[in-house]
Amino acid sequence: MSARDERPAVAGGEPQPVQGYPPLRRDEKIDIPKLLEGIEHYRPRRRGWTWRERVPNQRLYKFEYHETSRCLRQSVPLPAAHYFDNIDPQPDCVITTEIASGRFEDDIRRMRMAAWHGADHIMVIRTAGQSHMDGLLEGTPEGVGGIAVTRKQVRATRKALDLIEDEVGRPINFHSYVSGVAGPEMAVMFAEEGVNGAHQDPQYNVLYRNINMYRSFVDAAVAKRVMASAGMLQIDGAHNANATAVEAWKVMPELLVQHAINCAYSEAVGMPKELIALSTVPPDAAPAPCMRMDLPYAVALRDLFRGYKFRAQQNTRYMEADGRDATVSHVMNLMISRLTSADVQSTITPDEGRNVPWHYNNVAAVNTARQSLVGMDGLREMVKIDREAPELKAKVRELKERAVLFLEGMLRDGGYFAAVEQAYFVDSGIYPETHDDGIARKADGGVAAGTIVERAPDYMAPVCHHFGDNHLPEGYGEGEGERRPCELIGGCTLCDPDKVPFIDELDPEDNVNVRLERTRELREKGLIKPEVEWFGDGWLVVTMFLPAPLRVAEFAALEFGKMMNLQDCEVINRQVMHPAEGTLIEMKGRLDAVVDPATLVIPPEPEVLTDEEIKAFVAERKVKCVAATVGEDEHSVGMREIIDIKHGGLEKWGFACEYLGTSVPVEKVLDAAIEHAAQVVLISTIITHGDVHRENMQKLADLAVEKGVRDRLLLISGGTQVTDELARSWGMDAGFGRGTKGIHVASFIVRAMRERGL
Amino acid sequence: MPREDTYLEWRAHLADLTDEELEARFWELTRQVVAPLVELARTHTSPSIERSVLMRMGVDSLTCKAVVAELEKRGLLGHGAGHVVWHCMQAWQCPAPEAARRLAAGEGWDLVAAKWGGAA
Repeated sequence: MSARDERPAVAGGEPQPVQGYPPLRRDEKIDIPKLLEGIEHYRPRRRGWTWRERVPNQRLYKFEYHETSRCLRQSVPLPAAHYFDNIDPQPDCVITTEIASGRFEDDIRRMRMAAWHGADHIMVIRTAGQSHMDGLLEGTPEGVGGIAVTRKQVRATRKALDLIEDEVGRPINFHSYVSGVAGPEMAVMFAEEGVNGAHQDPQYNVLYRNINMYRSFVDAAVAKRVMASAGMLQIDGAHNANATAVEAWKVMPELLVQHAINCAYSEAVGMPKELIALSTVPPDAAPAPCMRMDLPYAVALRDLFRGYKFRAQQNTRYMEADGRDATVSHVMNLMISRLTSADVQSTITPDEGRNVPWHYNNVAAVNTARQSLVGMDGLREMVKIDREAPELKAKVRELKERAVLFLEGMLRDGGYFAAVEQAYFVDSGIYPETHDDGIARKADGGVAAGTIVERAPDYMAPVCHHFGDNHLPEGYGEGEGERRPCELIGGCTLCDPDKVPFIDELDPEDNVNVRLERTRELREKGLIKPEVEWFGDGWLVVTMFLPAPLRVAEFAALEFGKMMNLQDCEVINRQVMHPAEGTLIEMKGRLDAVVDPATLVIPPEPEVLTDEEIKAFVAERKVKCVAATVGEDEHSVGMREIIDIKHGGLEKWGFACEYLGTSVPVEKVLDAAIEHAAQVVLISTIITHGDVHRENMQKLADLAVEKGVRDRLLLISGGTQVTDELARSWGMDAGFGRGTKGIHVASFIVRAMRERGL
Repeated sequence: MPREDTYLEWRAHLADLTDEELEARFWELTRQVVAPLVELARTHTSPSIERSVLMRMGVDSLTCKAVVAELEKRGLLGHGAGHVVWHCMQAWQCPAPEAARRLAAGEGWDLVAAKWGGAA
C-alpha cells in the first residue's frame, strides 16, 4: 500500500471533519453501529458532482503522464507498482463502481475497498420492485438484487463516504436512481441528503418498467429541476436498449434518438448541459469484430452530442459466466473510451454474468479500468482515429442519417407517445428496417396510468426549484428581484437543511439493527469467516480442473463440494478444455466455520535488509555461494530465480554464485563448496514420496560435519514445499518455501554470517 | 408491419446535406419531438410531484402520502398540495409540518372545502 503526502480531499482546503465519528484508521474496520449513532442529525457536507482535478504532464517516479489527475492520499496501487516506487497514477476520468448487495451496512465496507482501488463514483442499485412503489420507503429493509433506497440508508452511506473520502483524499460521488413512480420525491430526498448524481430518464420508466408514459414525463420535469438545483450529474438510461436488444448493433440509430430526447427534455426544463451525461456502451463483443463495429457509433455519438458529458459503460449484453472473457471485453471497451473520450468511466464486475457482484469483483472491475486507462495514457497523441477511413466515415454518416430518419418517422406518426404505442423502440431491425418486435406501451396503460392531473388556474407550490405553472403571490418567484417562493412558508428544505425531517425504522424485524445483532459475536470477537457479499455469509469459490466431460465434471464437482463440507454448492462457471480430456469448474459453496485469529501461530514476516547494506557486506566479505538442484530433480527454475541477477537474485548484490546444475549428488555439492572456499551452500529440492528431500538435507549436514566444515558453512535449502521449520530440523540453517525472493535469502545470509562471525 | 431496410431510398433528401446541416436537422427534429412533452409537464402535476412539494416544505414522507391521497380522493390535487397546506398554515398560524400533520389526522378539511369545494 502506498501512503502519499497529506493533501486536502477537496480543493480549497480540508473539509469539515465528519461529526460523531473520528477519522478512519487504515488498520481498523469501519464500525457500523458507531456510524449509525446520531444519524438523525447527520447533514451532508456538500452538494453536487465533483470531477477529478487534472494534473497536466504529471511526473510520477520516472514517468510523465498526460491524462491523469491528483494522486490519492492512501490507496492500494496496481500489482506491479512495487517495481515503480509504488506509484498509483489516477486516470483523469471519474471511475464508477456499482455496489448493492441488499444490505447497506455491508455495501459500505465494499465501497471503502473500491475507493482504495480508485473508484470515486459509487452507484447503488435499487431493490427489485422499488421503481413501482408510489412513494418513499423508510428505514433499512433488506433488498433483493439491490438496496432499498431510503433516507436512512442514503444518509448512513453518505456519512460513511464522507469518512472514506477523507481517508483516500479525494471526493467521492454518491449516485442512485431518480426513476420509477416516485421520481420527484427521490430527487428531493437525494438533494437534501447530498447525493451527487442519479439516473433520470423518463424513457427508461416507459420502456423497461412499464410506467405510464404521461406520468413518467410529467414527473421527470420536476425531478430534473430539483436535481439541477443540487448540482447533481444526470445519467440517462439509453444503454438499457443495448442490453435488451436482440442484435445489439442494430439498435444504434435508436440509441442516438433516445439520448437526444432525454438531453433536449432536460435542458428544456432547466438542467444545464454540463450536468447531463449520456450513458453509452460499445454495443458489441467478440467474436464479433466489435471494435470496428462500435467505433463508428462512438464517433457519431460524440459528434452529435458535443458539450454533453459522456459516461462510458461496459458491455453486459454479451457477458457470460467467464470472468476472463468479460474482462477482455471490458478492456476493449476501455480502449474505445481512450480513443474517443469519457468523462465518467463506468465498470461492470466480471462476475455480473453469474451473480449479484461480490466484494472483490467490484475491486477487479475498478482495477481493469484503472490499469487500462493508465496504460493507455496519452495514446491518442500517437494513435488517432482516421476520420477519413472510408468505412468509418460512411458508417458515422449512415448512423446519423438513420437517426434523423427515425425522428422524422416519429413526427410523421404523431410524436413521441404515438411512436411508443407503435413500438418504435428496441426493435430488432436497424431503422428504417423494422421487425415489428419493439417494446409497445399504451398511452393510457402501465403502472400509475391515469394519475396525472391538470394544474388548476390557481395551482401553487410555495417551494423553490419547482417546474411548471406556479401561481405564486405577486413578487414571489425564481426571477430576478423576486422573493424566493419558500419565503412564503419560512424556508424550504432545499434552502434550509434544518427543516429536513427524519424517520428511523418502521419495521421492527426487517432492519439493520436486527441484522447486526445476528453477526454481533463474529464482529465483537473478531472471528474470521469467508464472505463475498455480507458479513459472515460463508461463501467461497473452489476452482478445479476435472478430467471429465462437461456434465460429468459438473456433477462430480458437487460431490467434491460435499466432501469439503461445503453447503449449498452451485457450479457458477464451466469451461470445456477438451470434450473428453476435461473441464474447468468454478463452484461456490458455503463454509459454516470460523477461525479465531487469536489461536493462530503466525511466524513473523522475514525482515529484509536494504540493498545498500547487503551490497556493502557482500563486497567486504566477498561472499561466495555454491548452488545446485539435488536428488533426481531436473528443475532449475526455482534456483535460478534465487540466484540470477535478471530475476532479482543474489547476483544483484554481488554474491558470487556457482551453479552446479540439476540432479547433483550432495557429495559433489559439498566438494565444490570446499574447492571454491564458499561460505554458503544452497540446495533446491522438491518434496518426493520417498522422503529423498529429507535424506538429502540430512546427508548434506552430516557430510559437512564429517569433513569438518560445518562451522564455516551456511546450509540453505529451498523448494516449493520446504518450510524453515522442517529444514532446520533436518540439519539446515534455513529453509525457504514458495514465494521466496532473492532479497529474503540475501538478508538471511548477511544476518546469519554476522551472528556467527563468518 | 415489418419493413425491409429502406434506408437507401429514404435517405435521398439527406444525401446533399453537409454533416453540420445533418446534425442541425437532428437537433431541430429532437426539439420538435420534445416540445409537446415539456408542455404536458408544464400544465400537469402528479401525486409524486405534490408529495415532493410537501417534502420541500419539511413534511415527512408518511404525512405527505396521507395528505396527497386525501387530496386525490377529493379531486383537489390540481390546486397544489402545498397550496392547501399553506392555506391551513395561515389559518392556524403554524409551521407547514404541523399543518400537514393535522390535515393527515383529518382536521381542517372544512377550511379546504370552504375555499375549493368538496366535502368538509
